[in-house]
Amino acid sequence: MSEFKSGSNLEKILKAGHFAFTGECGPPQGANVDHLKEKAGHLKGCVDAVNITDNQTAVVRMSSWAASLILLDEGIEPNFQMVCRDRNRLAIQSDILGVYAHGIRNMLCLSGDHQKFGNHPDAKNVFDIDSMQLIYTAKTMRDEGKFLNGQDLDVSPKLFIGAASNPFAEPFEFRVHRLAKKIAAGAGFIQTQCIYNMDKFREFMKRAVDMGLHEKCYILAGVTPMKSVGMARYMAKSVPGMDVPGSLIKRLQGAGKGKVAEEGIKFALEQIEEFKEMEGIAGVHLMAIEWEHKVPEIAERAGVLPRPTV
Amino acid sequence: MIVAEPKPIKEILEMVKDFKKVLIIGCKGCVTVCNVGGSKEVGILASTLRIDAKKNGKKIEVEEHTLERQCDPEYVDEIKDIINDYEAVISIACGVGPQFLSERFPSARVFPGVNTKFMGGATEHGIWSERCAGCGQCVIHYFGGICPIARCSKSLLNGPCGGSDHGKCEISKDVDCIWDIIVRKMMEQDRLDELLEFKPPKSWTTARDGGPRQLIREELVI
Ligand code: SF4
Ligand code: SF4
Repeated sequence: MSEFKSGSNLEKILKAGHFAFTGECGPPQGANVDHLKEKAGHLKGCVDAVNITDNQTAVVRMSSWAASLILLDEGIEPNFQMVCRDRNRLAIQSDILGVYAHGIRNMLCLSGDHQKFGNHPDAKNVFDIDSMQLIYTAKTMRDEGKFLNGQDLDVSPKLFIGAASNPFAEPFEFRVHRLAKKIAAGAGFIQTQCIYNMDKFREFMKRAVDMGLHEKCYILAGVTPMKSVGMARYMAKSVPGMDVPGSLIKRLQGAGKGKVAEEGIKFALEQIEEFKEMEGIAGVHLMAIEWEHKVPEIAERAGVLPRPTV
Repeated sequence: MIVAEPKPIKEILEMVKDFKKVLIIGCKGCVTVCNVGGSKEVGILASTLRIDAKKNGKKIEVEEHTLERQCDPEYVDEIKDIINDYEAVISIACGVGPQFLSERFPSARVFPGVNTKFMGGATEHGIWSERCAGCGQCVIHYFGGICPIARCSKSLLNGPCGGSDHGKCEISKDVDCIWDIIVRKMMEQDRLDELLEFKPPKSWTTARDGGPRQLIREELVI
């Protein structure tokens, strides 16, 4: 991991050995640019890059590249997310070129939630390629200067390529191997699914470190503070691949009326403290869903401010 | 086999409500096996049409016929002398059947009586499930003899995705995550290393994406 792949702020922070702190922002369900700017504004200066989700949970929103460009204009570094659900390999490659041409330097490669969840369940899905192949596509374009068909491209898109990892989805034993596969395919950084089951995550990271994966790639631990007991229950029950231990739900319940959100933040802060020390963890990805205005406070209390300039 | 299910009877009645002479044609192939389009079902549908007509004070003549296979011109020919006596023809074969009938008898009004679902088989009595999406380039040997193209909701070749939940697919608790099954099987067979190999993007030229398909086997062409 010597020379810069993209020269993005996120990449530089990680290469310099700083503990990275990234955020997330969902584009509006409409063309409300002001609202997007307001939400993203809370994150400015508190994080190294902001993930811009791509029709997450298969709900139509402003396109992730367009919202990413708006962030760029605001002086915030976006981490452009791309899913395979809605684009075939032609659209994928042309979007990669397009976002790079406009100054986007980070890209997160995802399969995408199935459209059955979302607000257009009647849609036809694409899934021409999968997330692993998407990583490979971005890497081939960047490092070989070639399209998927082997043809040369004129000026490579120098993107910092990221991928997601869910340490909690089954089968658990395979998850670390899948992570290794993503790294081998070309992922330079990883952002994990929201972590609540710390025991399981410790075990996952131990395996990752044993395999030396942390030396080949930067792993950012996913944190989403719980706002309410209802949210915790919903995540435990209804979000596939999410592991919310009963003990955490109990802890939130025990916090008492009006204090659950603070307890959720406290748990997140404890996690962040542990991640700072955890072998193989290079940073935290904070997904404060529709809670962007809380990010400055969380970042402050987590002791990650000010963000280093590199 | 090709698995189909009956169309709702209301839909069929609506389709043929203006016709007085109706021919129902079954098929002894797949749709007989999955209890949807054989001679028994032809009989049931014919009675339903007759009863409905009687109830509504209408006159209808319904003829029943079941062919060996509707996807074979040789058998389709069997009805050449009778088909023109009918105003409407309901085929309860898979989607191939009514099309072969329409092609062979251009003046006939042919209606589909079933909804064709997928290529699969019965896993239990009364339960069928999909196995193949006809991608035209079979690769199941890389995946423990299991097809991720037809059976993974996202057709992932490098699965499982992050939505796999205790053996179930993210789309529904009633759908198995086929990648969970693939991984476990490969582990049991001590072939994990094969799954760790990156599977490159698949060529879909041989699938439906390459356009309508035709197969020509020169050695069989007369
Ligand atoms: S790989 Fe293709 S041909 Fe083989 S079972 Fe799957 S869809 Fe059918
Ligand atoms: S949960 Fe399993 S079957 Fe469903 S899309 Fe993901 S990998 Fe495919």
